[in-house]
Amino acid sequence: MYDKGKIITGIVVFLLLVLFPVWYSALAGRTGHVPDPVISKSAGDRCVEPAEYMRSSHMDLLDAWRDDYVRHGGRAHVAPDGTRYEKSLVNTCLRCHDNKSEFCDRCHDYLGAKPICWDCHVVVERGR
Amino acid sequence: MEHGTNRREFLKLTGAAAVGIGCGVPILAALAKEGGKAGPGAEAKGPRWVMVVDTRKCRHADGCRECIDACHRAHNVPDIGTEKEEVKWIWKESFEKAFPSQEGEYLMEELRGMPTPLLCNHCENPPCVRVCPTQSTWKREDGVVMMDMHRCIGCRYCIVACPYGSRSFNWRDPRPYLEEIDPGYPTRTKGVVEKCNFCADRMARGIMTPACVEKCPEGALVFGDIRDPESEVRKILREKYTLRRKVSLGTDPHVFYVL
Repeated sequence: MYDKGKIITGIVVFLLLVLFPVWYSALAGRTGHVPDPVISKSAGDRCVEPAEYMRSSHMDLLDAWRDDYVRHGGRAHVAPDGTRYEKSLVNTCLRCHDNKSEFCDRCHDYLGAKPICWDCHVVVERGR
Repeated sequence: MEHGTNRREFLKLTGAAAVGIGCGVPILAALAKEGGKAGPGAEAKGPRWVMVVDTRKCRHADGCRECIDACHRAHNVPDIGTEKEEVKWIWKESFEKAFPSQEGEYLMEELRGMPTPLLCNHCENPPCVRVCPTQSTWKREDGVVMMDMHRCIGCRYCIVACPYGSRSFNWRDPRPYLEEIDPGYPTRTKGVVEKCNFCADRMARGIMTPACVEKCPEGALVFGDIRDPESEVRKILREKYTLRRKVSLGTDPHVFYVL
């Protein structure tokens, strides 16, 4: 094989570059890193639906709320325990979860999810 | 001979019956539907919101911007600063521009150049709704022509369709152009169309007076239900001569101007 040295060096450099995320986090000891969103319970400790459902499907719930509120005039969400909530991201969700950067963003950033909600809906963070 | 005539008669009758059923039934159905209508809006349920602008009260308040400022503050409408990229929900224009068909050499002196408040006319037959390819604008049961910013793709067909210039396009992110952001109402984003929503957001919260009406120091703006014969707006329409903008276009606008 001609240029054995060059080719093997090239392959090694290539692999090092491609696998940068793997060895970098391994060296930093962060291979098992998972985001730890901070739950703020400033307005009580109950959500509009069980936490398990919210964790997996809050985006579907928000989409359904959006369509119902804007297009069909459905204003109220009735929680499993009978409590009524206004179908509103800012006035209901963010009133309790008033720490978007520590709650929403941590998972979204980890997953590379870029929800466009905040382009228009105004974030009110605690203490601001 | 007699036998042949019978067949001929039979075919004629069958043909006539087929035509009769084919054409008659839809006509009868249409007539029956028409007959059930007692008057305009009689079959409709619930309110139909309209606005009456008393220009006689408004025109004496020279340079007043209370309605504009109140509306634009309540809905986070930016002040871009250039006419080309202007975003507006309610604004003032001279009488001749608002009512071009009334313009003429002998126009009443007081009306010439009179600042007239303009806003979305919440038409009964809104051309913007007809052309919207995503149904992001539509007419509600209560007459409010609504916008769903989530669906707007920014094609601006509605801007072209609207004969009143009531719609504005967001050529850029509006947030840097807002002095103060009211978190109770979303801002818009680059690439969507916006316009007056008759304060549907306030109505949803049970406030039945739009921000502009509430803040007008002259009481020149009146908002109400045109289907309610006892409402303030119906009283004004009964007693005073009113104009609507560009009625001949067939949009059936629902903002009335007392002169």
